[in-house]
Amino acid sequence: MIPLSHYLIVGALLFAISVVGIFLNRKNLVIILMAIELLLLAANMNFVAFSHYLGNLSGQVFVFFVLTVAAAEAAIGLAILIVLFRTRRSINVQDLDRLKG
Amino acid sequence: MSRELLYLLIPLSCLAAALVAGFLGSRIGRVNAHRSAIGGVGLAFVLSCVVAWDVFSGNHFNGAVYTWAISGGTHFEIGFLIDPLSAVMMVIVTFVSLMVHIYTIGYMAEDPGYTRFFSYIALFTFAMLMLVMSNNFLQLFFGWEAVGLVSYLLIGFWYERDSAIRANMKAFLVNRVGDFGFILGIGAVLALFGSLDYQSVFDAAPGFADRTAQGPFGSEWHWLTLICLLLFVGAMGKSAQVPLHVWLPDSMEGPTPISALIHAATMVTAGIFLVARMSPLFELSSTALSVVLIVGALTALLMAFVALVQTDIKRVVAYSTLSQLGYMTVALGASAYSVAIFHLATHAFFKALLFLAAGSVIIAMHHEQDMRRMGGLRKVMPVTYLTCVIGSLALAGIPPFAGFFSKDAIIEAVHYSATPGAEFAYAAVLIGVVLTAFYSFRLVFMTFHGEGRMDSTTREHLHESPKVVTVPLIALAVPSVLAGLLLVNVTMDGSLFGNSIVPGGVPEALDMTARGMLAHAPFAAPFWLAILGIAGAWVCYLWKPELPGKVVQRCGVIYWVLDKKYGFDEFYQRVFADGARGLGEVLSEWGDRRLIDGWLVNGAARVVARTASVVRHVQSGLVYHYAFVMIIGLVALMSWFLFR
Repeated sequence: MIPLSHYLIVGALLFAISVVGIFLNRKNLVIILMAIELLLLAANMNFVAFSHYLGNLSGQVFVFFVLTVAAAEAAIGLAILIVLFRTRRSINVQDLDRLKG
Repeated sequence: MSRELLYLLIPLSCLAAALVAGFLGSRIGRVNAHRSAIGGVGLAFVLSCVVAWDVFSGNHFNGAVYTWAISGGTHFEIGFLIDPLSAVMMVIVTFVSLMVHIYTIGYMAEDPGYTRFFSYIALFTFAMLMLVMSNNFLQLFFGWEAVGLVSYLLIGFWYERDSAIRANMKAFLVNRVGDFGFILGIGAVLALFGSLDYQSVFDAAPGFADRTAQGPFGSEWHWLTLICLLLFVGAMGKSAQVPLHVWLPDSMEGPTPISALIHAATMVTAGIFLVARMSPLFELSSTALSVVLIVGALTALLMAFVALVQTDIKRVVAYSTLSQLGYMTVALGASAYSVAIFHLATHAFFKALLFLAAGSVIIAMHHEQDMRRMGGLRKVMPVTYLTCVIGSLALAGIPPFAGFFSKDAIIEAVHYSATPGAEFAYAAVLIGVVLTAFYSFRLVFMTFHGEGRMDSTTREHLHESPKVVTVPLIALAVPSVLAGLLLVNVTMDGSLFGNSIVPGGVPEALDMTARGMLAHAPFAAPFWLAILGIAGAWVCYLWKPELPGKVVQRCGVIYWVLDKKYGFDEFYQRVFADGARGLGEVLSEWGDRRLIDGWLVNGAARVVARTASVVRHVQSGLVYHYAFVMIIGLVALMSWFLFR
């Protein structure tokens, strides 16, 4: 049997990759959306792992919920991206600094 | 009526007159204003005479009238000490004040500030009376400051004149220097004796005669010497002794009546009165007496020299006053306090007379004060001339006029005094006799004799002054003739002042009576020195008038020094006035503008701005930066929980 910790570590690694994707990214807004998806996937990973090892189906059911929300959110995110591109003509993250103090 | 009520009425009637004339003057009109002022002061004079008669029948009074505050065991009260010394002062003050009030009706007749003037001189009389009737140091100080204030108001009476404003500022500031020493002295009295009441202090003083205190740098200070010196500093300011004398000649900017009242007869004598009143304390400190003697001698001598070169008629009398105040101070230093007060009394009469006579001349000459433009006035103003001659004879010390007795007494007292510095003082007062006689008769000859040197319009309008001016002159001439004769015996044997002055009379070596002094005069130096002075003036101004010019040419340097009045004014102006202003400018620029405004106030703002400009970069506007910070914060929090 593969120990539980292995799955958890994979989940953590995925999470870390997505965080890096958000912060080390300066050029592309789409990368951020992808990273958000990866974030959710990492969480899902944890759910499934625990569901299998504790023999409780609730974890897997919850994954469905998360996936649904992720899909909806991706759709909205892309829609916002398109509107943003129409007004700003750029998806360079560094150009989006209107909150600057 | 009860005695307390009588005593209270004297200063209060003057105060009431001042308030009525001051606040209601415009409403009740000029005549009623001067009537109320003269009424108030006249009443004070009559009551003072009554009190004096009562005191010399043996009824003294020392008590509190009102307790102002009690703080830490010290009583601050308003109280009266009515004894021979204060009774004599009260009579002099009210009499001269009354004469000046009457004179003012004529002198200030055309002045727009007529009612204000009466209010001020009545107020002055109130303050001076509170000063002399006081029985404790606090009330003395109140009266002291109040007379200084009213003097300021009166010197600057014509406030639109630049020179008058400068003069009144000068008078007030120089007085303040004296008052600084004075209040330190009062503080020292309170510290040593624990009380401000005269009687307690005088009774306790002999017990403290040898007390010393630790000063800075391990020095030992004799308490009573310290107290007496500090109090004398106050007296120096008020009585215009060198070096605090500079304000008095400038005070001639004020109208002549106040020169007569304040700067001849009353306010300037407050310092002399103070030392006489504090005689129990001064007797316990020979150092202080020595200082008093030398300062007085210097003033008497140096100021008499300056009077020789003055051309303004009022300035001659002003320097004469300074010199005579020096004589009074010399008498105090020689422990002949009663003689000093005697001279104070006679001087009050003839000096006020001389000032008022000068004022009469000034009115006639249409406010011309330069003696070089006068001359020959005796034919036109006989009463003024005669009273002025009487005053000058009294001032010069010719028997049997009043000044002879008091001056001779001073000279003899100094001659027999054992206080250190007495030899110098004796020489100084003798030389002063010649100078006094010379400059007094120089004034008389230049003003009243010889050919008139004024322009023709003035000459046509010359006439004797109205009765309101000449009657006070005559009224003051009478005591100038008689006061010496009447008072000398009782002063010398101690019965006039009794226990109010310590020692009561004068040292036994001075056992003199009127007859003795008159008989002794032709054989003593002072009489002939005075005659010499008068003769000198006659030679220089009537017989050979070209002589003074030649002397000035030969002794140019001496003349220059005297004309500049020894440079005191320039020195004070450069060192103290300009120095203080310069210091103020430096502090204002560096301390206020640069340090406080620049570094502290603006600097605080600058620090905030600079910090903000750095910190502002945290708000990059980039959302991912904000998310990053959130994550880092979360990690930190979790690790803290995990590892604590």
